Amino acid sequence: MSTKFFVSSSPHAFARQNTQNIMLDVLIALLPACGVGIYFFGLRAAIILAVSTFSAVLVEWLIIKLFKRPGSVKDLSAAVTGLLLGMNLSAGVPWWIAMLGSVFAIAIVKHPFGGLGHNFVNPALAGRVFLVASWPVLMTTWVEPGAVDTISSATPMALIKAGQAVDSGMLWNWAIGNASGCIGEVSAIALLLGGIYLMIKKVIRWRIPVTYFLTVFAMSFLLGGMDMMTSYAHILGGGLMLGAIFMATDYTTSPVTPRGQIIMGIGAGLMTAIIRLYSNSAEGVSLSILLMNICVPIIDRLTRPKVFGEVKHNA
Amino acid sequence: MLCADIPARSTFYDKEETTVRNKTFSGGVHPLSHIHHGKPLTEHKETKVLEPPKEVVIPMSRIIGKEAKCLVNKGDYVKKGQLIGEADGFISANVHSSVSGTVVKVENRPHPTGVKRLAVVIENDFKEEIADTVVPKDISKLTKKEFVQAVKDAGIVGMGGATFPSHVKFMPPEDAKIDYVIVNGAECEPYLTADHRLMLERPDDVIEGVKAIMKVFDIKQAKIGIESNKKDAIDLLCSKVSEGDGIEIVPLAPKYPQGAEKQLVYALTKRKVPAGGLPLEAGVIVLNVGTAAAIYSAIKTGMPLIERIVTVTGSCVKEPGNLLVRFGTSFEDCVNACGGLCDDTAKLISGGPMMGIAQSDTSAPVIAGTSGILALNEKEATKHEVSNCIRCARCVEACPMGLIPLQIAAAADAGRTAEAKKYNAMDCVECGSCSFICPSRRRLVQSIRLAKNAIRNTK
Repeated sequence: MSTKFFVSSSPHAFARQNTQNIMLDVLIALLPACGVGIYFFGLRAAIILAVSTFSAVLVEWLIIKLFKRPGSVKDLSAAVTGLLLGMNLSAGVPWWIAMLGSVFAIAIVKHPFGGLGHNFVNPALAGRVFLVASWPVLMTTWVEPGAVDTISSATPMALIKAGQAVDSGMLWNWAIGNASGCIGEVSAIALLLGGIYLMIKKVIRWRIPVTYFLTVFAMSFLLGGMDMMTSYAHILGGGLMLGAIFMATDYTTSPVTPRGQIIMGIGAGLMTAIIRLYSNSAEGVSLSILLMNICVPIIDRLTRPKVFGEVKHNA
Repeated sequence: MLCADIPARSTFYDKEETTVRNKTFSGGVHPLSHIHHGKPLTEHKETKVLEPPKEVVIPMSRIIGKEAKCLVNKGDYVKKGQLIGEADGFISANVHSSVSGTVVKVENRPHPTGVKRLAVVIENDFKEEIADTVVPKDISKLTKKEFVQAVKDAGIVGMGGATFPSHVKFMPPEDAKIDYVIVNGAECEPYLTADHRLMLERPDDVIEGVKAIMKVFDIKQAKIGIESNKKDAIDLLCSKVSEGDGIEIVPLAPKYPQGAEKQLVYALTKRKVPAGGLPLEAGVIVLNVGTAAAIYSAIKTGMPLIERIVTVTGSCVKEPGNLLVRFGTSFEDCVNACGGLCDDTAKLISGGPMMGIAQSDTSAPVIAGTSGILALNEKEATKHEVSNCIRCARCVEACPMGLIPLQIAAAADAGRTAEAKKYNAMDCVECGSCSFICPSRRRLVQSIRLAKNAIRNTK
């Protein structure tokens, strides 16, 4: 009778999925796309990805240590942010660009607002936008896949913007990743594989990516000249795959309600299509997601689910 | 209609062939599904009668309800089935002696809720002398009033675990229109198999109990919901009912909290009990299979509620099993009857892992709500470190009540009681699905419980 057992409030059982293995799954899901990026852009792509990931983790570790913040780099969230940032860069950027982007993402966007789970915009995307604003030329110098030197070439979205007609050969190249663009965005197939993996592992749900894709497809078809090929190109080329599957679904900066997630996907889709079709910029995924990130608190508030058995009150 | 939703019985359980989906609710979780919810440890173990101990400690209170008024003093001789605590107030139930013998003490003793509460300590003389008040009744001849009185006299409380006094459920307002008796045989709580064994070993008591309630209250239909992982119980109960009974056995999806009152009513009738309301408002009376059997056997034999089936289980119980235990028997005696506890026992729980109450030692007595005694090892009872909420929305998807647990918990943690109330904290049924599923191991339901307390106190 003298044995004392550990006492706590119920429940006494826990799901096996935890923050660390969720983040690990995201990293695993990103690997195919990284692999294709390295295959087409070579060693320098690998270096960019390594530098961005390593700097993000290092900065996170330093901040946690120096400012005695709660949390740990072991949750792998900084690694995900760093890798995503690297994947959002051209293989032609110097290594210090990758490092600065990661530092900005972790030290400016993530931690001042409370660290993991408290940033109001996606750190990797904010890091990318910071870099585009500061070094616009460096950030938009694209590398021809397979090229040894930095040869400036047009991305699929820039080609479409310029009025290029799309044929099935181009679509195929864009689907496998033989296109110029950011390291991690070029291979639609590899990204889709990662997305399917995350859905099977129940890390992400279908709502945001599927509604995002459908909206962009429908909008680009209706407003982009009723051409199916162009609409396919809007899905397969550019940053939509990476954005819709891996960035718009970021837990912290997307709505928690099922209806809210659908609004997030549609909203980002509308904005992406509008930016791509009507602005000076060929690409609009980053900006759309960032703008939707800012709307998340209000979306959550307006889409609160009905309580089970809720009675209508005449307030 | 009998087993209305099973078109072809032989194919129903083959997942590949079935086209019928088990009834259920939205939300919920699948705790410990990788070990079949912990049920295989005891589900095939026949209930063994545990001989009453030398000394029983019978608390005057259960889980829900006001403490009964103690009627005995030190030195009194009491008989088995004798009233020793009288219901005090509306939501309170009678307490009876489970053995015959001498009252040696009336004092505060450890209680499964974790605090010390008033209890009568009786030294068993093993004569099993039965009280004069124990008189069998013919259940088919009782009027509504007599029936409710008999249930009250027998001290029947909800056997699902919360021990809500049963007679209160049978006193609906005059104008209430009730057309269903809903019987809970879901047993969605992992590890527990007490209800499962009861349905297998005393199916007639369950069915007859349900029939008695239907007759007394003139209710034409009853539905007994059982999770589809208890195929043998579903088959057995199906074979015990016939077309004209109006009793339907409905297989439910194995999901937690399938046996929660509102979720069960919804799964079986598609009716929603209004938020903050009682099942009566949806036209149903809900009770557990154990309660139905207890009512039937108490009226038939005259012996009030003095024992129940307890599942003694977990990785740290040497020989897990189901025991028929007299109230007042200590957890110590129960686990010893099952081979004792392993040395690495880290956590002992009264009930199941989702809603059970952790015990600091084995001294608490078995009461009406003790559906199980669960012993977990160090690894299973790990004190998880809490990290930041990553807003993954798993708790939102899991909440069977359609709440946003992360927002209520955040408001509660910051002491913003009004905000927690605005987020409908009071609708939380405390099933713990949110805390179970949280990848950051945040203590969501625990925070919400505190918020509910704070809201009640500010009223």
